[in-house]
Amino acid sequence: MGIPYNTNLPPDLRALQVEIEGYAREFGLDFYETIFEVLDADDLNEVAAYGGFPTRYPHWSFGMAYEELRKGYDYGLSKIYEMVINNDPCFAYLMRCNHVVDQKLVMAHVYGHCDFFKNNAYFAHTSRKMMDEMANHGVRMRRYVEKHGEDEVEAFMDRCMSIDDLIDVHSVAIKRREESQRYDFKEEVDEAVRLTRFKSKDYMDDYINPRAALKAEEEQHKKLREATAKSFPEKPEKDILLFLIEHAPLKPWQRDVLSIVRDEAYYFAPQGMTKVMNEGWASYWHSTIMTERALEPWECIDYADHHSGTMATSRTRINPYKLGIELFRDIEERWNTGRFGKDYDDCDDLEKRRTWDRKLGLGRQKIFEVRRVHNDITFIETFLTPEFCRKHRLFSFAFNDQTEQYLIESREFEKIKKRLLFSLTNFGKPWIYAVDANYRNRGELLLKHEHNGIDLEMDKASATLANIQHIWSRPVHLQTVVEKQPSMMSFDGSEHTIKTLGESDDARKHTPAKSR
Amino acid sequence: MSQKIERDQQRFKKIVRGKVKSNLSKYIGRGEMIGKKGNDLVSIPLPQIDIPQFRYGEKGSGGVGQGEGQPGQPLTAPRGDSDAGAGDQPGGHILEVELSLEELAAIMGEELALPRIEPRGKKNIVTTRDKYTGIRQAGPESLRHFKRTFKRALKRQISSGVYDPKNPTVMPIREDKQYRSWKEIQKPESVACIIYMMDVSGSMTDEQKEIVRVESFWIDTWIKKHYKGIQTIYIIHDAVAQEVDEHTFYHTRESGGTKISSAYELCDKIINQRFPPDQWNLYAFHFSDGDNWGDDIPHCIEILTERLLPKVNLFGYGQVESPYGSGEFFDYIKEMLGEKANVVASRIPDREAILGSIKEFLGTGR
Repeated sequence: MGIPYNTNLPPDLRALQVEIEGYAREFGLDFYETIFEVLDADDLNEVAAYGGFPTRYPHWSFGMAYEELRKGYDYGLSKIYEMVINNDPCFAYLMRCNHVVDQKLVMAHVYGHCDFFKNNAYFAHTSRKMMDEMANHGVRMRRYVEKHGEDEVEAFMDRCMSIDDLIDVHSVAIKRREESQRYDFKEEVDEAVRLTRFKSKDYMDDYINPRAALKAEEEQHKKLREATAKSFPEKPEKDILLFLIEHAPLKPWQRDVLSIVRDEAYYFAPQGMTKVMNEGWASYWHSTIMTERALEPWECIDYADHHSGTMATSRTRINPYKLGIELFRDIEERWNTGRFGKDYDDCDDLEKRRTWDRKLGLGRQKIFEVRRVHNDITFIETFLTPEFCRKHRLFSFAFNDQTEQYLIESREFEKIKKRLLFSLTNFGKPWIYAVDANYRNRGELLLKHEHNGIDLEMDKASATLANIQHIWSRPVHLQTVVEKQPSMMSFDGSEHTIKTLGESDDARKHTPAKSR
Repeated sequence: MSQKIERDQQRFKKIVRGKVKSNLSKYIGRGEMIGKKGNDLVSIPLPQIDIPQFRYGEKGSGGVGQGEGQPGQPLTAPRGDSDAGAGDQPGGHILEVELSLEELAAIMGEELALPRIEPRGKKNIVTTRDKYTGIRQAGPESLRHFKRTFKRALKRQISSGVYDPKNPTVMPIREDKQYRSWKEIQKPESVACIIYMMDVSGSMTDEQKEIVRVESFWIDTWIKKHYKGIQTIYIIHDAVAQEVDEHTFYHTRESGGTKISSAYELCDKIINQRFPPDQWNLYAFHFSDGDNWGDDIPHCIEILTERLLPKVNLFGYGQVESPYGSGEFFDYIKEMLGEKANVVASRIPDREAILGSIKEFLGTGR
């Protein structure tokens, strides 16, 4: 490990670690070896700015993140308690100046995360040697900077990072297409069309093989060929990063930079997909370990203060820690008392439901199972109940176009669930596919935004489009919907255009075309 | 400990400076910075520094919250009520960078390629300052050099055998005592006086005064970077001129004729009385809409050429465009005094033009 700080765990914390680790194992948590490092606030902010990897490649955006963290810390607005890296061994960082009770809390929390990293199915594909890989990426990036100049590499990195969310998180589990056939030229060989000709003498030929029939057949062949002529990509491609790596005219170093950005995006993706569960699970365990084992009587107030600080709820955004821990507790209780299955669901007697208890005691076992197989979406889809929403006073809110403000929309279960799932699906980001790489038969790239009711933020979309255009080098188009009108945004390298699609001249006369 | 992040931070700061630079006229034109001092931080919203990504817009968006409230109740303030509310919008994020005014002025200087102001050499005031550099044997007790005195006492006691390690008492006597001594050094110190004159006759509207306000603020900031002590004098005039404080300067509105010469007379008088040109770097800026009483113009030119110009480092005439003024004074200044090195005339039709006008005024490096 090349961390340039003095990070040795002092003996008192080492003793704490042994204690807490013991409790964690006692409760059945299963994790890689966990190495705690102690950092000063400044260093912790730095490591946090690098996403937990002190050896990460240089980029100004990390400098920006650091500025924000540092300012937040200096002004006493925010403080990082804990940070843990999905790696084998797991690395976790502690802040040197924290109180003992905080250190305990953080350690217990960290073991929850470590267990989650190791056991949740969605982390199965992630590299467990990411610390080394990141350092490796850093070395490569620095070499490119030395060779090609900081400005050039940085400009390219900016472009790559601008589209680092255009990946297909499920592609690690599903094989969506054959491996790329870059060297497979077979299909391009045009099979000579063989027309059905019957054997005949010369003078009989016109009768046995009539011209019209031959022509019709040829026509038919042609049609067939056109129909099977493959579009490229064959199916809409969600992993646009991969698509660009494989097909954009890039220099080798650019290709490498793009794949570094993509590798890291895939490494971080599961953390985004399981934010609620991961934080909920870790919070569940810090609360369990602290209250049932580690807490000393004189630490109770401080613990309660910090725990509730982490669990604070807000009217404008959901706190993943709070939602997660409460859902896990709810599941545990439901499976302890048997409040699931057909009998319970069909029961209409409210009083009976309220006191329902089969004394199954399956709760612990159930939540361990849940943490293994679910991600946030399936987690909420499966376990969010109307009772839970009522108990925790959840509501959905929506943007009101007239007053340009957010209003409380509803307290109905279905609406809440829909909003919640929407915000988690695809990380709450728009769905963009690469549809046609030879658009208008001119090698232009056509992207499609799968519109589901919410328009894109236009400024950002056109800036991002420009970045893709730079990588693709030919004009790039994005098919989307703007204010209910199907529209095409285009960038040809110098000019942004947007036009409304599929509108006849007649229609345009009646409704003035809305342009930005 | 040198941190790896420093490089990225520097890189980020450079980008910020670049962004600020390219949008400078927007920031310079903003009125709310006025009243800040050099070390004050001003926060500048930079919405576009983030790396762009495909994102959902606000329309039709929503989310889930937790807490009290009935359906239909607002969660956030309506847009347009206040800019400060940006932080509590779900997902709203505008990066605010903080720069000191001085830094901003430096960026402005860089962008406009403003030369450093060269104080008029011989007119620098020389001040003497004491600097403690040496040691001597005599002096007041308050300047006694404690460490040296006791070291010498110890030395003396050891060499004379009086020192007893068991009872390590060190008593300095008169000969041991050492005192700090000082040297007087002469330091040239340049001071400057900026005199702002403004036409407040009926034809000057509030918007034009705001332009004058913003422009003079930045001129102030820039000149202050180069001088130690700055005095600012404000003169308003219609047909008669009077000296006023800053607040009055920007808020007075008179209705009446315009006699520019009255301001120049007063300016000249103030200089003669309070700011002898051999001791002060003098800057005079006059803002008007260019309307003047016809007969007055030759008189103005005369005061300028014969009395004011020989005294000042720079005379700047800024003409804001007003719906009423004829704006002819600009042409006279240009025509009659254009060839003088320390006269600058500049037109400021709107806020966007402020930056260019500042460049014209300060581009002379005087």
